[in-house]
Order: sequence, then C-alpha cells, then structure tokens
Amino acid sequence: MFVIHQNYFQTMPSFVINEKCDGCKAQDKTACQYICPNDLMVLDKEKNKAYNRAVDMCWECYSCVKICPTQAIEVRGYADFMPLGGVVQPMRSSDSIMWSVKFRNKKIKRFKFPIRTTPEGSIEPDAGFETETDDLKSQLLRTEPGSIGTDLYEG
Amino acid sequence: MNIDNFETITIETDLLILGGGMAACGAAYEASHWAKKHNLKVTVVDKAAMERSGAVAMGLSAINLYMGLAKGNNTIDDYVSYVKNDLMGIARADLVANIARHVDSSVHLFEKWGLPIWKDDEGNYVNEGRWQVMIHGESYKNIVSEAAKNALKDLGDNGEYYERIFITEPIMDGDRCIGAAGFSVREKKFYIFKAKAVLDVMGGAVHVFRPRSVGEGMGRSWYPPFNSGASAYFTMKSGAEMTCQEVRFVPIRFKDSYGPVGAWFLLFKAKAVNAKGEDYMVTRADELKKWGEYGQAKPTPSNLRNYLMLKEVEEGNGPIYMKTDDAIRELAANIPDEKEAKRKLKELESEAWEDFLDMTISQALNWASHNIMPEETPSEISACEPYFISSHSGASGAWVSGPSDLAPEGYHWGYGNMTTVKGLFAAGDASGASSHKFSSGSFTEGRISGKSALAFIVDNPDLPEISAEKIEELKANILRPLQTFEEHKDYANDEDVNPNFIKPKMFMFRLQKIMDEYAGGAAVGFKTSKALLEKGLEYLEYMKEDSEKLAASDLNELMRCWENVHRMWQAESHIRTILFREETRWPGYYFRTDFPEIKEDWEVFTNCKWDPETGEWEMIKRDVH
Repeated sequence: MFVIHQNYFQTMPSFVINEKCDGCKAQDKTACQYICPNDLMVLDKEKNKAYNRAVDMCWECYSCVKICPTQAIEVRGYADFMPLGGVVQPMRSSDSIMWSVKFRNKKIKRFKFPIRTTPEGSIEPDAGFETETDDLKSQLLRTEPGSIGTDLYEG
Repeated sequence: MNIDNFETITIETDLLILGGGMAACGAAYEASHWAKKHNLKVTVVDKAAMERSGAVAMGLSAINLYMGLAKGNNTIDDYVSYVKNDLMGIARADLVANIARHVDSSVHLFEKWGLPIWKDDEGNYVNEGRWQVMIHGESYKNIVSEAAKNALKDLGDNGEYYERIFITEPIMDGDRCIGAAGFSVREKKFYIFKAKAVLDVMGGAVHVFRPRSVGEGMGRSWYPPFNSGASAYFTMKSGAEMTCQEVRFVPIRFKDSYGPVGAWFLLFKAKAVNAKGEDYMVTRADELKKWGEYGQAKPTPSNLRNYLMLKEVEEGNGPIYMKTDDAIRELAANIPDEKEAKRKLKELESEAWEDFLDMTISQALNWASHNIMPEETPSEISACEPYFISSHSGASGAWVSGPSDLAPEGYHWGYGNMTTVKGLFAAGDASGASSHKFSSGSFTEGRISGKSALAFIVDNPDLPEISAEKIEELKANILRPLQTFEEHKDYANDEDVNPNFIKPKMFMFRLQKIMDEYAGGAAVGFKTSKALLEKGLEYLEYMKEDSEKLAASDLNELMRCWENVHRMWQAESHIRTILFREETRWPGYYFRTDFPEIKEDWEVFTNCKWDPETGEWEMIKRDVH
C-alpha cells in the first residue's frame, strides 16, 4: 500500500531507530530523504523522525543507512524469505567502508574495502587529458584519444 | 491534494538530459565540454539525487565492459561477434562497435577520478572475465556523479541540474521533440522544459512482470524498482521506432536476494549443478544443437544457459546450486604451502563477500540470516522474473542512428544515437539492439549522444514555441490522478477501495498478473503462445481504459501512477512484438509453444512504432547487417 505508515517502529527492510533519529535537526530535508533513489524516506514532522513509507518498494540499497549522520537506520532482511537474526551494517568513511556481518548463529565477520582513491570533491573532469579536436562532428570525444591510450578505431 | 495552486515553471534550454544514471552522467560530462565551446546550455533533470540515482545506486563489484585496446587485449571485431552471438544474431554491430571503441576512455577516466580498480602485481587491471574488470565499487556512482556535476559547474549559468523532478511526457512540435513535461515529487510545481534537443536516458523497466517475491521482498528486484519504463514510454509516445521490444532479460542469480553470479562463474570458476550434482551444461549439451550456430557459439549465449537450467527445474531436478564450496576449495588447493593457502582462503572469502557488499547487500544479509559460509555451503540460484534492460543481456529500446563512419546503409540518419524522431536522442537502457554495454558502456553511450545532440542543436538552432493551451492540456492530464482522487475520495470509507478510481499499486499488480500469466512470466515457466498473447492484449485494453481513472492522494502516489502507465506501455509493446515474431529465438528468455524453433527467416530486427496521430501500432522488420 502507498498508505503512509505513521508507525516508523514497525518492521520493514530499512527501519529507523527512534532513539537515534533526530530528524536531521529540522534541516529542510533529512539526509535519508535527500538520498533515497526511490523517494521512500519521509520525515514525520510532528515526531521529528524519518520513516520508510513503502517497505515493499525498498531495494535494500543501503543509501539511507550509509548517509545517516546519527547511524539511526538499519536493515531488517525481507521477512518473506529471510530468517530473523542476520545483520549487515556498514561504517562508511571518505576512503573506505567497514562492514560488520552478524549471522543468525551469532558469528560475526568484519570486512573493510577501499571505496575511493581521491578526496571527495576533488574531481577535475578532464583528469589531465587533452581533447585532440574542436570539431563537433568528429567521432572523437572529450579527452580522446589520450584517454583511450591508442588511436580511435575507424572500422 | 488540491491541484488548484500548482505553480507552472517553464525552463528553456539547449540540450535537455532526462535521467540521472550512468548514461545521464556521461552525457552531462561530455556535453558540458562541447557546450562551452559553442555557448550552449545543458540541463539535467533527475527524479532522484544524482549521487545515488539509477541502477548503480548501490555500487558495483565489476565493470563489465572494458576492452583493453591500448594493450591489445581484445579487438572491436571480437567484441561485436561476442555480443551478436549472445543475442542470437540480433544486435546492431555499428552501435556495439561505437560503444566499444570509446569505452576504455571512460574506464580510464573513472580510475583517475578515484574509482579503485583491482590491480595485479604488474599493475594491470584484474579481469573477472574477458571483458570485465574487478573494482572496489561501493562509491562508483558517487564518483561518476561528482565528475558530471563538476563538468556542469564549469558551464556556469549554462549548466543546470534539477533533482526530484519526475518527467513523464514528451512535448512535440510536428515531427520534432522539443521538450518534456513533469512535476516535482516534493512540491506543488509543474515543470515544462523547452529544448532544442532532448536526450532520453531514464533507464530500463522493472516490475512489468510479477516478481517471484510479492511481500516485502518485492522491492528486491534484480534491477532497481525505481527503473520503471520511463525511457521507453517517452520514445514511444514521441512516435519513435522501437527495436527488440521482445528481447527481455531473465537473469539467473542467487535465489531470492538476486546476488551477482558473474564473479562466481568467471573469477572463481564455480559450477552450477542440479540437486543430483550434475552439471547441466555438460549433461544437456545436446539440447544446444537445436539452436543453430548460436548453440555452438563459445561462450554459450546467456539465454541458452538459462534454458538448460530451466529444463532442470521443469523436470523437478532442483534446487539448483552454485558450488561455491568446491570453487573456493579448488582455488586454495593449488597452493602447497599451508600458511600461504590459509592466507589465500581468507583473501577469497573477503573477495566473495565484497562481491555482494559492493552491489547487492541484501544477498550478504541473506547469507548471514541463513548461516551460509560460501566456502562451506553451496547456495541456491534461480531464474529471476523478466526485465527490460538493453545495457545488459536484454536489447529493448529505441531504434537509433549509428555513427556516420561505422553505420551501414539504413542505419544512419544524420546524428549518432538520434531516434527516428527529430531532436530526440536515446542512450543506455533507452536505446536498443546494443546489448552488453553495462555501466561503463552506458556512460560512454551517454557521452556519444551528448556530443551528437549538440551537433544537432548547432544545425537546428531554432526553439519552437509551445502554446499556452498545450501547456494547460499537459498539466491537466499529468495532474489528473490528483484531481480524480480529490473528486471521489469522500465517497467511500477506505481511500484505496473506491469504485470511481484505481490506485497505482493495484494497477501495477493487475499489470503484473496479466504479464506473468499471458506473456510468459516466471509462474508459467516463461512460456506463451498466440492464443495467450492475444488474451493478454485484450486484458491490457481494459487496463488502458482504467489508466484514465488512476488516482493519487499525494505527489509520491502521482509518481507511482505515471510509473505504472510507463510500465503498461512497455508491456504492450512487448506483447505485440513477441506476437509478431513467429519463432522461438531466445528460449531461456521466453518460449513460443506454438513456434518452438529458431527460424532463419526471422533473423531480423522486429521493430514497432506507435503513431501519435492515429494511436495505431505498426510492426516492422529490419535487416540485420
């Protein structure tokens, strides 16, 4: 149903922990509202807490979990095929991500992966490559052929 | 929601890019450079927020198209024949080659921008398979969108990005597309974008067919649920010719959470077996002989691999397992030193988990909740439901012009990636018959199209007017579901159950049921026939009528209404094209029980076109060159 679930504490793929969510301190929108690619996260203005309004349209992409400034969002696996007890929770920093995987049998595994080799915001679009032509009708694209590393294939 | 005080905002631009995914980012990146030289404006409109918009929102664990041309790893011809074979002969060589010749440039840029690509001891990329390179890709989309946004910023006032605006309708001036209409999903604002050229890059279509999980798990579609057919709807409504609308993609993935299998098959060399432990690619090898030269092609086409597995399931030989345990054991067994072998095992374990955590986190959660350690326990795999995604192993999308230097006669009409509608371009999942472009190729095709659309703009600098009447008509039509709800909501005690209207969710379920049962969905083993398809079309007619009575209580629901209208159009073109093609060519995607064989005289593109003047569909055969 697209009926808005006012009870954000109910079970759902991504859920908000009441105690931790501060509604992003009444900014114009919460971080989770900003990021959700399916526009599922909503701020309950009375309670000042965010919630997922359509749990069965949630891709479990974790974008909200990763961006939440108070780590108030977690994911409870889809109840229609996952037994209870599994938890997968990330801690994302500017250059790496640490995952904690908790099994139903209480075992815990932890993995850390790099996510980015440059500082956030530093991207220079041409990345040091020259564009060989000014011709809009040429087949060469921006930064080519330097960025290909060889001449453009011409059939 | 009352529609009376909806503000109408009109924005004029030169190039209008619709979408926010990989292809949109590629287009914005490329177009910004050329627009600056020609003092042109570029406007990007996205229904989400670009850093997590589109199918790469979650990240990826591999880039599935990298040629390695500079090192002579592969040739363009090799790649074209691989793609053609995988699609049973039905692919546009010119489009595939055009993407392949530029794709390394995009991948090299990604790396420079900060995407960590796996390297071996000599500093070469680590290949997953022949065309795939492994990445630490959790932030793939964040990085690419930052580059696109920075490129737009370089344009100053001539570079614009609008987020959270849902585009639904093309605006036409005779035979030319001159803009798009939509609405904010957050505020009472109706938008008209007027443009000299429009690039449609709004992704593929999910939830056209009933998914296997219909509870909470419905959201765990393989391709994202927010890719809802906007691209195809936009080109069809403009009157553009579409191609390969029958070529759906049915991925085989880890069961239920749809985790990727590529790394397991290609990098870890795992085998898939039936419950008796039989490798069906070996035991059923004879079945491949029925599918012409493609049955003997190496690698075996995706849909034929599916087909052999579907046969196992049909005969009751499931569950089907990915032997992750055997694969890891064998990889570690080759190392004689015990300590080194232990280290290798640890490394493989981490790689296996990263594969899911980078791109399908839910699959890691599935393993955790089932206590699955991949090195100890094999995992079930299964065929998902059908998807429309031409960037992967499907092919549906608009029929677009090829590049002037590679396209043969009949495949080229002036500007690369322009549809058959003047001024309307398509790329990524929006353009058809150029499968296997994946994330890197979609970005690349966006670049190609962005540049090409600017060339069109320089040659066609006029900006046709849109009349005030036309704008009011579009506004009334697009906001109608809100109006319908307002008019009738007080009649019944339940806002979802009311004989005067239908809510988008039930509308979607009805569509999915029709498609599943009549058009060869998962429930019927992907089988269909003329009789079933015609019945499905009959039921779709009722849906089209009822779509006029869709109702929305708020802006979010208004978006869901239009998403489901888009899905319905994708569905109709799909049924019509399956019906038109009287053979079975991709038996692992769908099977025509009344035409169960592949036929040489159907080695053609089956295109379709909806006429905006008459509302009639035309079916067209086009030669494969």
